[in-house]
Amino acid sequence: MAAEGIDRHIDSQDKEKIAFSGMDFQEKERSATFFQKDAEVLLSRSLSGSVDILDIKEALANDSGARKYLGESFRLLGKEYPKNIEGGYFIRIKKGKTVELPIQACLFLKAQGFKQKVHNLVIVEEGAKVNLITGCSASRAAKEGFHLGISEFYVEKGAYLNFTMIHNFREDTSVKPMSVAVVKENGTFVSNYVCLKPVKEVVMYPTAIISGRNGRVSFNSLILSYPDSVQDIGSRIILNAEGGQGEIISRAVSVGGKIIARGHLKAGEKNTKGHLECRGLVLSEKGGIHAIPELETDLQDVDLSHEAAIGKINKEEIDYLCSRGMTASEAQSTIVRGFMDVNILALPEIIKNEIKKLEEKMLEDAF
Amino acid sequence: MLKIKNATITAGSKKIVDNVTFSVKEGEVLSLFGPNGSGKSTLIKAIIGLGSCSLDKGEVIFKGKEISHLSITERVKRGLGIMHQYPPKIRGVKLIQIAQFLCSDQQKIKVLAQKLALEDHLQRELNVNFSGGEMKRAELFQLILQDADFLLLDEPESGVDIENISIMGKVLDEYLKNSHKSAIIITHTGYILDYVNSEKGCVMFEGKLWCKGKPKEIFNSVRESGYEKCKGCQWQQKV
Repeated sequence: MAAEGIDRHIDSQDKEKIAFSGMDFQEKERSATFFQKDAEVLLSRSLSGSVDILDIKEALANDSGARKYLGESFRLLGKEYPKNIEGGYFIRIKKGKTVELPIQACLFLKAQGFKQKVHNLVIVEEGAKVNLITGCSASRAAKEGFHLGISEFYVEKGAYLNFTMIHNFREDTSVKPMSVAVVKENGTFVSNYVCLKPVKEVVMYPTAIISGRNGRVSFNSLILSYPDSVQDIGSRIILNAEGGQGEIISRAVSVGGKIIARGHLKAGEKNTKGHLECRGLVLSEKGGIHAIPELETDLQDVDLSHEAAIGKINKEEIDYLCSRGMTASEAQSTIVRGFMDVNILALPEIIKNEIKKLEEKMLEDAF
Repeated sequence: MLKIKNATITAGSKKIVDNVTFSVKEGEVLSLFGPNGSGKSTLIKAIIGLGSCSLDKGEVIFKGKEISHLSITERVKRGLGIMHQYPPKIRGVKLIQIAQFLCSDQQKIKVLAQKLALEDHLQRELNVNFSGGEMKRAELFQLILQDADFLLLDEPESGVDIENISIMGKVLDEYLKNSHKSAIIITHTGYILDYVNSEKGCVMFEGKLWCKGKPKEIFNSVRESGYEKCKGCQWQQKV
C-alpha cells in the first residue's frame, strides 16, 4: 500500500492533512498513485494495466512518446514555461481503455521555505477515459513554501479526462500553477478546482484549447478566501474547432481575502458555443471579489454568453431561515454551504461523496 | 394566546399600521381581510419580527410575554410560525434540508410530502423554479413540520389553482383541528375558508381594523359593497 512507502517520510498529522486533499493512502479505490514530497518522488505506482504513471524525469529519459508531448501545449499558445523543474508526474491512459477507479497524485510541501517546481504531463489516448485527483498540500512545518505546478493535459480523439485539483496549503504558502489542456476531436476535458483552506497567494489561469471538432471543456471552481490572502484565479477556453463547447462556472466566497475571478471564452472557429458563470459572496468588510468575465471572437456564427453576480447574502434569505427557527449564524452557514455546493463541480459519481465529505469538513472549520 | 395592543408600524414617515389592538385565543383562527396595501402583511411580519417595518408603538404579547424586542429566531422558538406570501429562492439549499432541520421524524416528512404532492421537490433547491402552487405547498409543508403553536398564514391561496387550494386546504384543516393550533389567515379570495374553520374575522383598511364578525359574512359583505362599508364598524375603538 502507498502508506508503507510513505510512512518513513510523512507523519500521522501530515497524513491527516494530506487526506483532506483527496489522497487515499489505502489505495482501496484508486487505480494508480503518485506522491512527491518537496523535490523527492516517494511513490509512483499503477494498479491498473491501462495506466502508466511515472516520475516525469524517468518518463522523459526513457519514453520518446512523452518527450514528443512535452511543451507542445505551450507552443500552441506561443507561451514560454519554466524549465528548471524538479519532479512532477507523467500519466498515460492507454488507447481505448476506461479506467474505472480514479488515479491520485499528491504534491506535498514539507521543508520550511521550500520552492517546489514540478512539471506534470497527462496523456489520455484515443478513446480512453479516466478520472484524476490531484491534491496539493503543505505540512504544518512548511512555513512560507512555494509551489509551481506546470501541467499539460492531452485529451486525444474521443477521450475523456475528469481532473479534480484540491488545494490544501498553509496561510503562508504561495502557489502558481500553470496549466494547459489540448482537447482533440470529440474529446472531453473537465477540470474541477477546490480551494477552501487558507493560502497566502494563488495565481492561476489554466487554459484549454479545443483543437478538434466537437471537443468539450468545462472548468468548475469553488474558492473560499481568508483574510490576508490573494487569489487571482481564472479559466480560459479557446474554441478553435467547429462544434466545440466550453463552460466555466465558479463560486467564490470571501471571508476577508481578495479574490480575482477571471474567465475568458475565445471563439476562434464558427459554430462554437461557450458559457461563463461567476457568482461571488462577500461575507466580510475586509475582503473583496473582482469578477472579470471576458468573451471574445471575430466571427459571427458563435454563441458566447456570461453571467456574473457578486454581493453579500440577501438579508431576506437569512430572515427566511430564521423564521424556520435557525439562528442568524446557522442561516448564514446554511446559505454559504448551499452556495458552495459540490454539485456545481462536474464530479464523477465515484468520487462525488468523497469530495463532498471533504468539503463539508473544510467548511465546518470555516463556519 | 396572542394579544396585539395599540400597535403602530411606520415605514419612513408613512404610517402602515395605526394603533391596532386585537387578540386571538388558543385554538382560534382569525381571518384577516383587507385590500392590497392595507397593512395586513406588515402586521403579521411585525408579529414575528420580519421585514424592515418594526413596531414603533404598542405591544405584541404572546403566551403572556411581550416579545417585540426578541429576534425572529427567539419568537419562533416560543411557538410562532409563518407561511410567507413571497418566499425567497435560496440556491443550493434543498427543501429536504429545511425539512430535516425542522423535524427529525423521517417518516413524518415522507408522509406529509406525499399529502402535499411534494415528494419530487424534496431534493430541489428551495423555491427555485417552483410554480406558485408548489411554493405555497412547500411553505405549508415547512410550517406544519415546524409544529408552531401559532400560525401566521400570509395569503396561502394567492396564485394557487383550485386543485392546489384543495390539497392545501384539507391538509391545513386537518392539522389545525387535530393539534388545536391558533392562526391568523390573510385571505383575499376567501377560498381557503371553504376548508378551514374560522369563526372570527376582521377587516384591515388604511392601517386600521374596522370590522369584526363571522368571516364568511364579512367576505360576502365586502364582495357586495366593497371595503368602504367596513369603516362603519369601528371595532378597533371598542377593544
